Amino acid sequence: MELAEKTNHNIEKVTFGFWVYIMTDCVLFASLFATYAVLRNSTFGGKSGLELFNMPYILVETMLLLTSSFTIGLGLLAASRNAKKQLLGWLSLTFILGLGFLVMELAEFSKMIAEGNGFQRSGFLSSYFTLVGTHGLHISAGLLWIIVMIFQVSRRGLKGSIRQKIACLGLFWHFLDVIWILIFSIVYLMGVS
Amino acid sequence: MNFKPTFKSYLTGFILSIMLTLTAYITVVNHFLCGCKLIWIILILAVIQLLVQLTFFLHLGVEPKPKWKLYTFLFVVLIIAIIVGGSLWIMSNLNYHMMSSPDLMNQYMNSQSGL
Repeated sequence: MELAEKTNHNIEKVTFGFWVYIMTDCVLFASLFATYAVLRNSTFGGKSGLELFNMPYILVETMLLLTSSFTIGLGLLAASRNAKKQLLGWLSLTFILGLGFLVMELAEFSKMIAEGNGFQRSGFLSSYFTLVGTHGLHISAGLLWIIVMIFQVSRRGLKGSIRQKIACLGLFWHFLDVIWILIFSIVYLMGVS
Repeated sequence: MNFKPTFKSYLTGFILSIMLTLTAYITVVNHFLCGCKLIWIILILAVIQLLVQLTFFLHLGVEPKPKWKLYTFLFVVLIIAIIVGGSLWIMSNLNYHMMSSPDLMNQYMNSQSGL
């Protein structure tokens, strides 16, 4: 087997393993979605989603994450072309967009908590904060991973194992975008309709 | 044969996602539809966008055979359907039984108390 072919084969094996992890993460999110779906009307006399969610704000968050999913895709393409500088550029842009998303989400959370609508207010808010917060935690982990990759790529270049990590990071980030689309539709859009 | 993602495929996925997101958002915010219909429209748009992103971003289903990624994904879809569908079914059934008057409720609880 030629070297390039062997590397590709390895990348496929590693990304498949990572894919299986992502599938288990899907089960985690599914149980949180189920909890939310069951508790969505249990507001205990408190505010419902209709009164709490600021939809234009959420739309901006969604667009930030969608765009970041696109930019990391372009980063993956750059990595497959061996274009290190382009890859670093796309990774940095993804990081900035992801950070913007996270900051907006945390600002929204702290506003809700300051107004007395924290997770302890009602079953609805407990499940809301758990579901959206778990996604936010994943985003934070993804951001940390992007920083690590930026350092590794700029110091060590695009070697075999680094390509594997970039491929896994891409999968992870796209997956987070897919989960957010479900949160946007099920929690926010359905919450206000 | 191996599928190679291109700039074009990412761009298609991105534009389709944005269009689907905006369609869902505008339909909801402007109250074009109400009640049950709206929920279905949101769900359908979400599923379409899910498929778009799975195809164009996660490249599901385009890998060479054997398609292990696709098979594991389909299995997880089954598990998710059982978890989410089952939870909603059980809990709405419980809600249904809890809706009766307090007297009836006590009677029901007494009759069902044995474990």
